[in-house]
Amino acid sequence: MTAPTLASPRAATSTSAGPPPRRSSQARSAWLFVAPFGLFYLLFLVWPVAYMFITSLFDTSLVRPGFGDFVGLANYREMLTKPEFWSALWHTVQFTLYTVPPLVVLAFVFAVLANQVGRGEWLFRLAFFVPFILPSAAIALIWSFIYTPSTGLWNSLQAALGVESPSPVLGTPDLAMIGIAITTVWWTIGFNFILYLAGLQDIPREVYEAASVDGASRWQQIRSITIPMLSRTTTLVVLLQIIASLKIFDQVYLMTGGGPGISTQVLLGLVTTTAFTDYRVGAASAASVLLFLVILLVTLVRQVVERFQQRKDVTS
Amino acid sequence: MTGAPAASPPLRSPAGSRTGRLSRRALVGGGLALGTGLLAGGLSGCSTLAAGMAGAEVAPGTVTYWNLFGGGDGARMQAMEDVYRAGPGTPALQAATFTWGNPYYTKVSLATLGDAPPDVAVSHLTRSTNLAQAGLLTEITDDVLAVAGLRAADFSQKAWEAQQVEGRSYAIPFDTHPFVLYYNLEVCERAGLLDSDGSLQPIRGVDGWESALRAAREVTGAFGASVATIADPATSWRWFQSLYSQRAGSTPWLGDGGRELTYDRELTLDTLDHVQSWTQQGLMPTNTDYAGSQTLMFSGQSAFYLQGEWEITTAQSIEGLEFGMVPLPVLYDQPAQQGDSHTFVLPAMERNDEQLQRAMGFVRSMLDQSITWAEGGHVPAYLPTLRSEEYRELEPQSSYAEAADTVVYDAPAWYSGSGSTFENIIGAQIGLVQQGLASPATALESARSQLLTYANTPSPL
Repeated sequence: MTAPTLASPRAATSTSAGPPPRRSSQARSAWLFVAPFGLFYLLFLVWPVAYMFITSLFDTSLVRPGFGDFVGLANYREMLTKPEFWSALWHTVQFTLYTVPPLVVLAFVFAVLANQVGRGEWLFRLAFFVPFILPSAAIALIWSFIYTPSTGLWNSLQAALGVESPSPVLGTPDLAMIGIAITTVWWTIGFNFILYLAGLQDIPREVYEAASVDGASRWQQIRSITIPMLSRTTTLVVLLQIIASLKIFDQVYLMTGGGPGISTQVLLGLVTTTAFTDYRVGAASAASVLLFLVILLVTLVRQVVERFQQRKDVTS
Repeated sequence: MTGAPAASPPLRSPAGSRTGRLSRRALVGGGLALGTGLLAGGLSGCSTLAAGMAGAEVAPGTVTYWNLFGGGDGARMQAMEDVYRAGPGTPALQAATFTWGNPYYTKVSLATLGDAPPDVAVSHLTRSTNLAQAGLLTEITDDVLAVAGLRAADFSQKAWEAQQVEGRSYAIPFDTHPFVLYYNLEVCERAGLLDSDGSLQPIRGVDGWESALRAAREVTGAFGASVATIADPATSWRWFQSLYSQRAGSTPWLGDGGRELTYDRELTLDTLDHVQSWTQQGLMPTNTDYAGSQTLMFSGQSAFYLQGEWEITTAQSIEGLEFGMVPLPVLYDQPAQQGDSHTFVLPAMERNDEQLQRAMGFVRSMLDQSITWAEGGHVPAYLPTLRSEEYRELEPQSSYAEAADTVVYDAPAWYSGSGSTFENIIGAQIGLVQQGLASPATALESARSQLLTYANTPSPL
């Protein structure tokens, strides 16, 4: 029982004091501490991912025991030749294109503005961050109310402004994804906002003071001090945002269910439907692997671009 | 204790040895149990979590019941549940209602795979056969029926036979719900469509239908009949399938368990032509959704309204509306209409006699209240109610009861059934035909290519 508690102080003291400890015992206690998390990680992340890769090569069914028959790359071939897959992939990309720029740019703008406010900054921090802590179901409900055909807030506003028979946002194929994107921007901007605000507060005031002594305008300060000094934050925000957007599922499932037709069906929606409605775990795994590859590709491209920029910075 | 500190690592991870043979079933089960445990744990302490992890009954002695009834059906079902609860010595009841269609059946499937299904669940007949083939249902043997004092002969034979899979029964039919014709009495009277005793004159053939619609349009100034065209693939499919099935020589849409598309191309295109011509002539609305199509008839802008009989509750709640209901007129060669049945199923799980008793006791109570259910429009599948004097006197419900005999169930396939992928694909295209956004040939081609993907995919069941 008491073994770990006895062992750990000894390990702690021995690291600070002179002679190196027996590495094995230190390593062992470290493993013990990591074990609870490690087990979870293994069980709920590593194994499912391995399972995904394995089942993508089988015609695994949810309701049949075992993996089923080995089908090689047939699941991948099916997905890559299926219009529904490409349409879902396009909708995922479309959503990412709609949400990443506003979520990065607006978060930056709001953070800069909030940072200028002397007193009451907490109010803005709170106001921007609160939507983010609401669950997706609550967000979907709020915005479904706003988008209710004819009688909802948005359609009523349009009608009041003289638009005759305004189109229902979530019921019109061309508008539905935009509606979901706006919802998402409102919901998740708080996270990027906080990251930017933290970054802003790390910039020393003296730099701005020196700049204003030299006669730099506000805009020049932002362009030449704030933006370059926040570049690391921006890199992080953009990467996290792209990944988060590519993983879109909740809002679509809750607000349109992929409709009208399949005009807002995204890749994770297709995966869920294939796996749990159609029982086709194998095919769904193949689609998941393909999404995984897309995300991997995006990450790699971003890294290459970053390297390139760094090299340019060094040489110039 | 002090002798050998840290000699043996106490955490040898007992679960580590188990990971090797964790089956998918156990994995889903563990996840579900953990999820529900975490959710419920916050509210009701650790007992739920413990029960979930151990796979024991969460609330011993309770009947858990899942259904998919919303709107008028939902309110009626809750009243029936209350009657059950008020019964002497009945076990506690835990009822949950979920959104119908694919999400509902996904929940039932996953809960059953995770060893945490409800004791009793409602399923559409056309979906219960798939659940049964997936091994998710308990067989309803004569012995199981006998537990509640029931026999196979107590049920409408059409529904009873339709629910069977390879000669075995897995579902207890509760009702049949055909697609029917509602008519606004006032409009029809002014249009001269009623006979002397105030009921609708029989409409026969496409010509009869069109002239009735024209006469009605004269009166309403808007439309003759209304049926949903937008955002409601299920209704579009019901409407088309009803008409298609009335034609002599119409073959089922899917054959060989869904591996082939076996519809008759000529008849399909011709039927779609008619459907489109009625909206293009302005006899029926081009753009209206589920609720809108009702409102048109309720407010007298249309004489007829086409939908399943369950909207009777909504129609009755409209003040000042007088309406009647009849089976869908025979526009082509034979009486037929699309429909389905609600059934009770017992999800697969290990049950002791007591649990079975409780589950069947609940089913029996629902069947005994079939007349309440019938008031909501559904034609009872329980013969003692269907043949009762009380039901025969129920108006307008009994006036379309015969439609249950000519109901056409969706063709069996692993992707077919009420609210299924099949209905969504084909219905969306029919919707476009109604709206005039696609020609019958284009729509059929699009539906065909989408359905072929499913037909060519081996059944996962």
